[in-house]
Amino acid sequence: MSEDTDIRKIMHVMRRAPHGSIYSYEGLEMILIMAAYEQDLSVVFIGDGVYALKKDQDTTGIGIKGFSKTFMALDGYDVEKLFVDRASLEERGLTEDDLVVDVEVMEASEIGRLMTEQDVVIHH
Amino acid sequence: MNIGILLKEGPYNHQAADTAYKFAEAAIAKGHKVDAIFLYNDGVNNATRLGDPPQDDRNIAARWTMLAEKHGVEVLACIAASKRRGINDDVMIDGGEITGLGTLTDIAIRNDRLLTFGD
Amino acid sequence: MLHTINKSPFESSTFETCVRFLQPGDPVLFIEDGVYAAQAGNRFSSLIETVMKNNPVFALKPDLDARGITRVTEGVGSVDYEGFVGLVEEHQVNSWL
Repeated sequence: MSEDTDIRKIMHVMRRAPHGSIYSYEGLEMILIMAAYEQDLSVVFIGDGVYALKKDQDTTGIGIKGFSKTFMALDGYDVEKLFVDRASLEERGLTEDDLVVDVEVMEASEIGRLMTEQDVVIHH
Repeated sequence: MNIGILLKEGPYNHQAADTAYKFAEAAIAKGHKVDAIFLYNDGVNNATRLGDPPQDDRNIAARWTMLAEKHGVEVLACIAASKRRGINDDVMIDGGEITGLGTLTDIAIRNDRLLTFGD
Repeated sequence: MLHTINKSPFESSTFETCVRFLQPGDPVLFIEDGVYAAQAGNRFSSLIETVMKNNPVFALKPDLDARGITRVTEGVGSVDYEGFVGLVEEHQVNSWL
């Protein structure tokens, strides 16, 4: 993969809340592996997907491993493009301060424009 | 055109596996190469040979085997997702294989399109 | 970019969410339970009409047929699986689940 043309723009769209189903967790596992391949990765949180980043999650009572803090590790894998849909955050009564990682809050129109630039978009 | 497919839902419970198959069939008929079908989440349940649907129902596992053997489609189940769900080489359908998420990344890189089917 | 939607709009907000991210010209294709959005005269007909001002909208015919949907909102195109492949030939794909 030495040629620039082999670098693909891959966007992961987190759409599901954590714990109620496995999609968010296995989505994160996929992102962590893809991050090792030096592609142009971005992660976008839309709808209930934003709940995966909520602070103060304590899953001990439900017996499922928590993973919100793993999103903090993405930075170490050079996945620095974390975008959150502003409307999704606001309609859930959340602000950036409620999230475990630094993200860029964006308008849907901007995220939509980014989507059209992608080679691959995968929803989780 | 070269096409990869990501299938994120198991057979029968949801239409995703059927749509993925019908799409693959139509793409091949139009002269495209369906490079691989990568099974993820409960999609790995597509890879078991132990299913035994009634005679008057479609046999989804047999469809994957046909695509693999007749059209050279790689049918790949994610190892991490498979281990969680009891899918391994002992139950693997003919033409199917267990592989890692790195392979999905390769599929995303080497194909013109990657489509997702799921719930 | 081709956007596919596979959820009934009566059960899931996927279609309405997708609409917020659509760029002008992006085609939308309803598949599986997503095709219920396209039935003529339902609660989503006006939203589809608004979308069609800037975006072509299609429904997968075998899924319409399977669900007994014989009348779709005027302007919604219908494609078979071959037509689905045709749209994929022209566009990158964003499969909304």
